[in-house]
Amino acid sequence: MATLNVLILVCLGYVVLLFGVAFAADRVAARGGGKWLRSPLIYTLSLSIYCTAWTFYGAVGNAARSGLEFVTIYLGPTLVMISWWWGLRKLVRIGRSQRVTSIADLISSRYGKSNTLAVCVTILAVLGGTPYIALQLQSITLSFSIFAEADPTGLYREGSSVFWVAAGLAVFAILFGTRNLDANERHHGVVTAIALESVVKLFALLAVGIFVVWGVAGGLGPMMDQIDASEIGQWHVDAGRWTTFIFLSAAAFVCLPRMFQVMVVENDDEGHLRTAAWAFPLYLLLMSLFVVPIAVVGLDLMPEGSNPDLFVLTVPLSLGNDWLAMLSFIGGFSSATSMVIVTAMALSTMVSNHLVMPIWLNTQEGTASVSGDVRTIVLMARRVSIAVIMALGYFYYSLSGGGAALASIGLVAFAGISQILPALVGGLFWRGATRTGALVGLSVGFFLWIYTLLLPGMEGGIIPASVIENGPFGWGWLRPQALFGIEGIDPMVHTVMWSLSLNTIAFCVASMLSFPSPLERLQGAQFVNVFDHSVSARGWTGSVAQSEDLMIMTQRILGTIPAQEFFQAEAERQNGRPGRLPEPTPQFLERLERELSGSVGAATAHAMIGQIVGGASVSVEDLLAVADESAQMLEYSSQLEAKSAELSRTARQLREANAKLTQVSKQKDAFLSQVSHELRTPMTSIRAFSEILRDAEGLSAEEQTRYAAIIHDESLRLTRLLDDLLDLSVLESGQVSLNMDDATLNEVLDRAVSSALAGSDRKIGVRRVRANERIPLYTDLDRLGQVFINLISNAQKYCDADEPVLTISAHDVGGQMVIDFIDNGSGIPTEAQSLVFEKFARVGSDKAGGAGLGLAICREIMQRLGGEVAYLPGHAGAAFRVSLPLAYRQAAQ
Amino acid sequence: MNSPDDGKGRPSPARPSLFLERQGYRRRRLADAARLLPFLGAALLALPLLWPDESESESAEALSLSSAMFYIFACWGILILISVVFGIAARRMAARENAEPGAESWRR
Amino acid sequence: MSRKVLLIEDEPNITEAIRFLLTREGWQVETHAEGTDAVQVILSAQPDLVILDVMLPGKSGMDVLRDLREHEEMKALPVLMLTARGQSRDREMAEQAGVSRFMTKPFSNAEVLTAVRDLHAQASQS
Repeated sequence: MATLNVLILVCLGYVVLLFGVAFAADRVAARGGGKWLRSPLIYTLSLSIYCTAWTFYGAVGNAARSGLEFVTIYLGPTLVMISWWWGLRKLVRIGRSQRVTSIADLISSRYGKSNTLAVCVTILAVLGGTPYIALQLQSITLSFSIFAEADPTGLYREGSSVFWVAAGLAVFAILFGTRNLDANERHHGVVTAIALESVVKLFALLAVGIFVVWGVAGGLGPMMDQIDASEIGQWHVDAGRWTTFIFLSAAAFVCLPRMFQVMVVENDDEGHLRTAAWAFPLYLLLMSLFVVPIAVVGLDLMPEGSNPDLFVLTVPLSLGNDWLAMLSFIGGFSSATSMVIVTAMALSTMVSNHLVMPIWLNTQEGTASVSGDVRTIVLMARRVSIAVIMALGYFYYSLSGGGAALASIGLVAFAGISQILPALVGGLFWRGATRTGALVGLSVGFFLWIYTLLLPGMEGGIIPASVIENGPFGWGWLRPQALFGIEGIDPMVHTVMWSLSLNTIAFCVASMLSFPSPLERLQGAQFVNVFDHSVSARGWTGSVAQSEDLMIMTQRILGTIPAQEFFQAEAERQNGRPGRLPEPTPQFLERLERELSGSVGAATAHAMIGQIVGGASVSVEDLLAVADESAQMLEYSSQLEAKSAELSRTARQLREANAKLTQVSKQKDAFLSQVSHELRTPMTSIRAFSEILRDAEGLSAEEQTRYAAIIHDESLRLTRLLDDLLDLSVLESGQVSLNMDDATLNEVLDRAVSSALAGSDRKIGVRRVRANERIPLYTDLDRLGQVFINLISNAQKYCDADEPVLTISAHDVGGQMVIDFIDNGSGIPTEAQSLVFEKFARVGSDKAGGAGLGLAICREIMQRLGGEVAYLPGHAGAAFRVSLPLAYRQAAQ
Repeated sequence: MNSPDDGKGRPSPARPSLFLERQGYRRRRLADAARLLPFLGAALLALPLLWPDESESESAEALSLSSAMFYIFACWGILILISVVFGIAARRMAARENAEPGAESWRR
Repeated sequence: MSRKVLLIEDEPNITEAIRFLLTREGWQVETHAEGTDAVQVILSAQPDLVILDVMLPGKSGMDVLRDLREHEEMKALPVLMLTARGQSRDREMAEQAGVSRFMTKPFSNAEVLTAVRDLHAQASQS
């Protein structure tokens, strides 16, 4: 019989061995050697921390109670592993490219780096993890007690042994789990130690199994017969529990913090998954291969009422095989310790990163960002967290007294941690998943888990029995174990079904109803499309690389020249080296972020700089995706803008109308002033000369005639002016009536030329091509003739050539009849060309003409007739073009 | 005037692209198979739910536990074997991909 | 003693009427019809009195007057301004520019003669 002392010695020796292995592995890794440390084998073996003492001892107990049901706990992870191609591969890729440190970090990172979410996940993990740690401590104690019972010396004290075990594990986890900070520098020591422990526990279980089958039952055939003959010898599985547990274990396998730690955080090479995809299921298969035989033999051999959870230990012991029992004990010890160490590490990372550090940084009020000792603070926080978590486990164990069956606590923890699943899977595959959705889903699932499973399961009854029987306030449909009145389901299945389905529904609905922040959308795109841009995870090796990337990004956003200027100025400011890139100091990054946020908004600038400095690269596609979604938002707000634009447009129109009115009134004043001038001038002459004729004596006959002629001329001028004014006023008011009639162009021109030149002493030569003028017209012929007369007499008046010639040419241009009047004089100066059609506009000082209303009248007439008259620039002499649409001609045909 | 060379002057780009195309095709089918594997596994492991249960009828012959064990472990083994085959194939693909760094780019 | 008046007016008939009136009164009448070089013409002609139209081609009579008053020796020269627009704003502007007498067309011949006589008498006394 092995004494307790020997057992303790072996235990200590084993722990020392683990320390040695971990230490050696750390040193080898630090020297850059030890390729085998990063092999797929080590990775696969480290995954086997999934098999805790619960599986090592509890699986046999479970098999002894419920037959093959225990195997579901292994089948779930098997399914997860063989679907690595679209599940774990993505998770691992994201974990590496985002430098994720824990499952809480992953969830928070996916949903816009929300610390609220991280805190929720952390609390959930600690709440589920603490009983689980207590369970491991309990298993170690129980196994100790088995040996203690057999040891007559009886020095064993249960409480103290648990304390020392917990303390020892805490020390181990602190020593090897908190050596360094960066998640990229992995914990080779711990991983190697737990790989060794995996080998030990598999070897131990296989050894016991082989001993049972071939040493006790007498071979495979007899063993099978014995199995079939035993009390569990017939297939009996509850369908609900079977499927639920497979699903639950699969979910927990992904969500458990310790599994996430070894699977994602400690992963060295994504390719390891290829091996682990088959090797880990194989490991699980081997672990469960002999569970049923051990259970059957145990049921057969052991006295009624002995704990089936400890058959692995008690069967060899009862058969006198002390060394096998010792090996089995070490196997169980290994299972427990490896799980506790990794769990403590993973939880401490979460607690320190998401609970302690934010609080500490808040209390420091910004001084922390300056001081360089944050690193030591973080490490200290982790160490304290490990100690606290171990202490919690220890207290939970001491308080609960370790009565419950091992397996049930494990399943309760599974159900709790699985509440992360919807947020996790949604975050990986659905870009529409939002922070709000994750929070709501998680809260719903978390609450239901506590209400339907954790509280009713607690001994001593935190929930009164009446509530469990009749529901709170007597509402039957809210009974914790029969929600909505659906009774008769296994409590475990009941909880998993309701909590996860309502969790998922809440998650989806809240996601669809809420709107993510820019950072969230950026992260969402990065997670869901991780394979599109991160060929393999790589860290930014040097600060210069960061500066280069910052430079490239800044160029894209600000433009090349401003970006270069900014970086040069920064380099100069840093240490007077304008030719080189600046170091990415916090001050520089701050300035850069401010600079960028002017272009892309504060949140995006922050995210982009964070991405580059934080080590991951943002692809342009991701930014474009964000931009697209921003554009949709813009569209919405642009509708609002459109409305306010409409308002301001209306206001502007009002202002314009007002301005126009003011202008019109000014024009009217100017017009009246002009009219007054044009009237007063001839009147002045008339008055002056009529007074002269009346008053002056001794006027000669010629003088009298001459002055009378002046009076006559000026009176005519007045009459003409009044005629023109009336004509213009009629035309402008639109009250003119047109006498439409048929004629050809040459007839109208003939009449116009002869009347314009009539009575003139210095006739202008008129050149025409009559053949082109046979264009039929249907228009107001008198009005058109008036325009022609005006143009011809203008040429006659103003053409300053020695032998004035006016060329009148008619042709057809693009469906319009066009008649050009071009003389051979010096023309109208360019600056005056735009003014000639204005009222009272007169070119030069020549007073020979009328009041300067002729061309204005021409313009009005042509508008009434549907055509136009315009000055034709580019000719030596004055050139006017009259155009009339041919439609008017065709109407006559 | 080197732009025509960029497009056409490269030595026989057609054949490697065909090769890549086929390799890519194989890889996609392999990925399909890998995606289907968990469904096969789920189906195989759901099958025991159809077995006669001892509690349902005393007279009906309930399946013996040894047969049940045999079935489940056999299924398990088959899944592991397929996974091994797929793992090896995936490793080969990855090796080839590393040898031809350009191969990743056309995939998207 | 010959009294010289410079008439700056672009309307030939009005020019002729005023010339007729003032010549009969014994004035030597010089005329000019442009605004642009009116100031130079006044400076070189050294008239005893100027009759200035407002609406002149090239440069308005207002500007001509304003520029004329810049010259020290021309500050006291009597200027009779004629306008056909007859708005009160014009009168104010003319007074600011330094006009001696402002008349709106059409005017009676007697008015013009009176104004010329008055202005000349004032200028001779001072």
